[in-house]
Amino acid sequence: MSEEKKEKKKIVPRKNPMPAQDPKKRAGNFDEVALGYSEDQVVAEANRCLQCKNEPCRQGCPVEIDIPAFIKLAAERDFAGAIRKNKEKNALPAVCGRVCPQESQCEKVCTLGKKHEPVAIGRIERYIADWELANGLLPRETAPPTGKRVAVVGSGPAGLTCAADLARLGHKVTIFEALHVAGGVLMYGIPEFRLPKRVVQAEIASLEKLGVDIQVNSVVGKFATVDELMEKEGFDAVFIGTGAGLPYFMQIPGENACGVYSANEFLTRTNLMKAYLFPCYDTPIKAGKKVAVLGGGNVAMDSARTALRLGAEESWIVYRRSRAEMPARHEEVEHAEEEGVKFALLTSPTRILHNDDYWVTGMECLRYELGEPDASGRRSPVPIEGSEFVMEVDTVVVAIGQGPNPLVPRTTSGLEVTRKGNIVADRETGATSKPGVYAGGDVVTGAATVILAMGAGKTAAKSIHSYLTGQS
Amino acid sequence: MYKILKKEVLAPALHLFEIGAPRIAAKALAGQFVILRIHEEGERIPLTVADFDRQEGTITCVFQEVGKTTRQLGVLKEGDSIMDFVGPLGVPSHIENYGRVACVGGGVGVAPVHPVARALKKAGNEVIGIIGARTKELLFWEDKMRAACTELRVTTDDGSYVRKGFVTDVLKEVIEEKGRIDLCLAIGPLPMMRAVCDLTKKYGIRTVVSLNSIMVDGTGMCGCCRVTVNGEMKFACVDGPEFDGHGVDFAEMARRSVIYREQERQAVEVYGESACRCGCGGGRQ
Ligand SMILES: Cc1cc2nc3c(=O)[nH]c(=O)nc-3n(C[C@H](O)[C@H](O)[C@H](O)COP(=O)(O)OP(=O)(O)OC[C@H]3O[C@@H](n4cnc5c(N)ncnc54)[C@H](O)[C@@H]3O)c2cc1C
Ligand SMILES: Cc1cc2nc3c(=O)[nH]c(=O)nc-3n(C[C@H](O)[C@H](O)[C@H](O)COP(=O)(O)OP(=O)(O)OC[C@H]3O[C@@H](n4cnc5c(N)ncnc54)[C@H](O)[C@@H]3O)c2cc1C
Ligand code: SF4
Ligand code: SF4
Ligand code: FES
Repeated sequence: MSEEKKEKKKIVPRKNPMPAQDPKKRAGNFDEVALGYSEDQVVAEANRCLQCKNEPCRQGCPVEIDIPAFIKLAAERDFAGAIRKNKEKNALPAVCGRVCPQESQCEKVCTLGKKHEPVAIGRIERYIADWELANGLLPRETAPPTGKRVAVVGSGPAGLTCAADLARLGHKVTIFEALHVAGGVLMYGIPEFRLPKRVVQAEIASLEKLGVDIQVNSVVGKFATVDELMEKEGFDAVFIGTGAGLPYFMQIPGENACGVYSANEFLTRTNLMKAYLFPCYDTPIKAGKKVAVLGGGNVAMDSARTALRLGAEESWIVYRRSRAEMPARHEEVEHAEEEGVKFALLTSPTRILHNDDYWVTGMECLRYELGEPDASGRRSPVPIEGSEFVMEVDTVVVAIGQGPNPLVPRTTSGLEVTRKGNIVADRETGATSKPGVYAGGDVVTGAATVILAMGAGKTAAKSIHSYLTGQS
Repeated sequence: MYKILKKEVLAPALHLFEIGAPRIAAKALAGQFVILRIHEEGERIPLTVADFDRQEGTITCVFQEVGKTTRQLGVLKEGDSIMDFVGPLGVPSHIENYGRVACVGGGVGVAPVHPVARALKKAGNEVIGIIGARTKELLFWEDKMRAACTELRVTTDDGSYVRKGFVTDVLKEVIEEKGRIDLCLAIGPLPMMRAVCDLTKKYGIRTVVSLNSIMVDGTGMCGCCRVTVNGEMKFACVDGPEFDGHGVDFAEMARRSVIYREQERQAVEVYGESACRCGCGGGRQ
């Protein structure tokens, strides 16, 4: 785009709307909700960008993608150039374009967003990534082999990104994944209708093209410990990206009743095991007629929307605070509401009721109000005395958070962890207390986001490279 | 892919597989289990490590056909392969010299009891093995168990072999006869483990049971396998599968294990009609 043309640029105040499946229809299927821009739409959206010299958007992105540059190339219909530019920093653009909380990252600080709607950076990113997947992967350069071997434990976004960067630097990388497919939460947690599994697998295939060896069905700490990988199997360094996969429960009576699921189980059965295709696929699931999902984050929204698709007549989000405090992405809350998910806010259960056969029949709940702001400035919920009531439900999905799985920390010598069990790793380098061992993603930070996990994987790859090549 | 190197039919609907899995065989210990998935549309199911051969790199599993997956498994032959096979999972049995130990195996439970009995004997224990089955033709591994134990007693529910009676009847006799038992291990159907626990509680004998709750991942990620032990929530796949039998809430466990009864029935019906018809590509054999 020439300078002259830019001067004359007319501001388009609103984002080009994202084509989406009709809410009524989509609440009954597992197909992707957001359909993606057409070529003309993406060019129109890319042309909204002001190409700001100070690049605020770039600082808003945890991996500092050169956003103005890839948007400019997209505006010029040079999609190959755009995706190449994007991939300099981002190993999983088709994933990020779909699930990044853009409104609190790159798009939050976009100049256009001050007065109007920001540029739909994520949607453009998704378009160019899908373009590459549709047109064949572009060849990627890798450095000559260094002869060094790195083990990556866990194949979520942190592990995948770390592996990609290290492979490109010429190291021989093996990923060990506990489940039967790679992808971590991208495969077992985030539902098909938000992130099609073929998209995730296509991005992983591009990693394998780089020479990364992925060993599924390999639980580190069981078939081999981190120490054994280094001492017996000759790995020169290890990256731990095992995520936050341990489900928390409420610790209230009745939680082991039949019909109570952790969100992890509910979503794993559905996404990873494809229970929505039962009996063609063998894994069953039982979503009842009236489902209550406890929590207010992305995981809760995904569970509530999944319940509708599995045939629930009513699907409720039961959340202790008010709507403003819900940590889920705005778009997901909106989508959930459009599809018919209902919200019981300022409400929390005190016990789960069941019949003689142990099947859930309801929840005894308390209503809450927001009290005085606490030290952190957040208004904390206070139960209202005497407000007990019973909510009749037949299924409860607990989505109140996850902690780190203790398997790897417990079996690794000299690895420092926090009181909550998270691995302690240097923010700047990803280095842990054990020489040659690095960590990043949810296992370090607690449940966070895809892009932050990727950022941590990138940081660690850089440090591992220095460690292996003797630069520091 | 994991190859079936050997198949044996131990009894009607009861099979033994030796599966090539060197990495798992190198590490497996008594009391641990594996999770397998036969093919792309398959369910992940847990099976106990009934034996392992570190040299040959094999894991032995013994399974009973109870539903669709185990039936599909039963159809496989030597030389066929299983898509996914992961382990060794769970905490290995705690092996030490307790003194005199009773190892009770009921039905298919004889298989998982075997490596533990063997390890306990090796650790210096006097191991009294008690195995039982509904009827003579369902009994297996009498020879292997005899070798693994100091002394072996056998029973059948219907009296078609050796004697008539439940394993608990034999256990009671052993307790009375020997006077002192330092530890009891019981693996088998839930009602059997429960009955053993009721009995040993009266005599104050510490009892370990291996819980076969429904599982998905087997790594502590889903919470599907949760059980209540001594009033606390435990995950059978990572905290177990062995637990203090006297603390287990068997009533809850029994209810949780039939959550999918309706679907399990449906799966078997559809399986009987062979491949899926909806065109989704599932239901392959
Ligand atoms: C339902 C749901 C919805 C979400 N939605 C969003 C969203 O919209 N946007 C967003 O940005 N973020 C979202 N998140 C959060 C995001 O997915 C995570 O922050 C991110 O995946 C963390 O990446 P990770 O690589 O650290 O770990 P994970 O993705 O958790 O991957 C860890 C991997 O390690 C494997 N592993 C664990 N232990 C072992 C072991 N011992 N040996 C071998 N492998 C092991 C696990 O099986 C897993 O595959 C969501 C999370 C969930 C659960
Ligand atoms: C740690 C552990 C070790 C086991 N070891 C053995 C063994 O050595 N030999 C053996 O024959 N069986 C063993 N089992 C039980 C075996 O996993 C089930 O028989 C099998 O999953 C049934 O699958 P299906 O599709 O054939 O039957 P289904 O029709 O699915 O179910 C039939 C019965 O099996 C139980 N079951 C169903 N799905 C599961 C699941 N995913 N996990 C556990 N139980 C389930 C149900 O309670 C039901 O009563 C073990 C289970 C566990 C948890
Ligand atoms: S990766 Fe996420 S934060 Fe970065 S540009 Fe893409 S959508 Fe924005
Ligand atoms: S801040 Fe917004 S308008 Fe400015 S360059 Fe970035 S995307 Fe374009
Ligand atoms: S099987 Fe998922 S936590 Fe035990």
